[in-house]
Amino acid sequence: MQNIISLFEYQFFQNALMAAILTSALAALVGTYIVSRKVVFISGGITHASFGGIGMAYFFGLNPFLGAVVFAIGASLGIEWISTKGKMREDSAIAILWSLGMALGIIFVFLTPGYTPNLMSFLFGSILSVGKADIVVLAVVLVVTSLFFIIFYRPVVDTAFDPEFARTRGIPVTFIRNSMAILVAVAIVLSIRVMGIILVLSIFTIPQNTALLFYGKFSGIIKGSVLFGISGSILGLIAASAFDIPGSAAIIFMLTLQFLISKGVALIQKR
Amino acid sequence: MSKPLVSIQNLTAGYNGTPVLKNVNLDIHPKDFLGVIGPNGGGKTTLSKVLLGILNPFSGQVSFPSGRPNIGYLPQVSQIDHSFPVTVKEVILSGMARPKTWWKPLKKEHKEKADYLINKTGLSGLGNRPVGQLSGGQFQRALLARAIINEPQLLVLDEPDTFVDRSFEGELYTLLEELNKTMAIFLISHDIGTISSLVKTIACVNGTLHYHPSNVLTADVLKVYNCPIDLIAHGPVPHRVLKDHE
Repeated sequence: MQNIISLFEYQFFQNALMAAILTSALAALVGTYIVSRKVVFISGGITHASFGGIGMAYFFGLNPFLGAVVFAIGASLGIEWISTKGKMREDSAIAILWSLGMALGIIFVFLTPGYTPNLMSFLFGSILSVGKADIVVLAVVLVVTSLFFIIFYRPVVDTAFDPEFARTRGIPVTFIRNSMAILVAVAIVLSIRVMGIILVLSIFTIPQNTALLFYGKFSGIIKGSVLFGISGSILGLIAASAFDIPGSAAIIFMLTLQFLISKGVALIQKR
Repeated sequence: MSKPLVSIQNLTAGYNGTPVLKNVNLDIHPKDFLGVIGPNGGGKTTLSKVLLGILNPFSGQVSFPSGRPNIGYLPQVSQIDHSFPVTVKEVILSGMARPKTWWKPLKKEHKEKADYLINKTGLSGLGNRPVGQLSGGQFQRALLARAIINEPQLLVLDEPDTFVDRSFEGELYTLLEELNKTMAIFLISHDIGTISSLVKTIACVNGTLHYHPSNVLTADVLKVYNCPIDLIAHGPVPHRVLKDHE
């Protein structure tokens, strides 16, 4: 116990904790949209496509997360466009973007002479190496995303629920959907720092599904996801440090545990 | 006669380059009650989507001689995600959105109106329920309330009676009659038999549109219009839907 308390005195742990809290809050907002619209698979495509941007940025000596953001937004708007126009099978298009992004990423990482970046940290995250700058960026994006949700809460929900009807009411459906596509892409890329490409979707889906057991309203799921997401990731982070295991994996374990316990509670309540 | 609310001329429309509707002409006047019948795939829903401005026609014109009307819309229930995390009241209130004011917060009177419609459509006590907990019929009624909350001049209903439970059927028809006093209604159905006593005129849509300026249809008329629909006869004669011409 003493060891756990002393953890909080370290700067790296404070940073990690801050990053976990901010990432969970961001994922709570954006993830509620993803889960409600049933576009989790699309989000998987966006996540993996962003690796192409990371590889390219390394090759050209640019900031890898900037490259990832560009690729993720491109993929996100591209999928939105394909699904609206219906020119192609949507799930196939997602799978192609998904694997093409990974392929481009690995090609460029291999072509980059000399320095080879730590692939594992991109794939599985590296929460303990989060710096002050990362935290500032996360905080700014969280504020922007929260403001968008506060101002456009109803149009966002109405558009996600029934876009055709929203259009008949004069809601600018394309603006709302594209804005959300960009917010989703940015949130995912920023969360890659903490969770890694392969594990990132967990924080966008597990807390939401736990919240769905108790809430039936979009705003309720956001609230529940903030609660479960933040508490789960703090517990995961403590477990990771205590047992010296990877932070992202420990967080997923805690989030899943929360879900299973909640599921049990919900079942008992129903009786 | 008053200026039409909507005037459709030489309309050709469809999806992915394939026309579903060809050379359709139709005027809808204030307080019309038009029953739209025809086989599945005949273009009923396509026509409604062009009317609503959510599908661009290949050619032809949709004009609004007295300005763009406020149109209320009840889509086919099967097209909508029944499990979406949203409450009955939120769904109904989404019908309040209007161009230019779509982002503004709701007022108290809007919420009171939603409560009024919740009772009116037989959903009392269900306002704060997530729609996922509703039956098909209840969900459809919530969507009907959403369509009428903004007091539209034209109400487009796409098969509003698919899930209607027996207990609400009569009330639905009374409600539609009442609404028709203030708004035109464009009602799509493949079972016109049950509702044709309500409608004033009928349009048969099967690739093209045939307008029938009365609510009485006979099998012969349907044959001429090339409009094969289920003749669920409610009149005494099997070949007739409803009553004879007087």
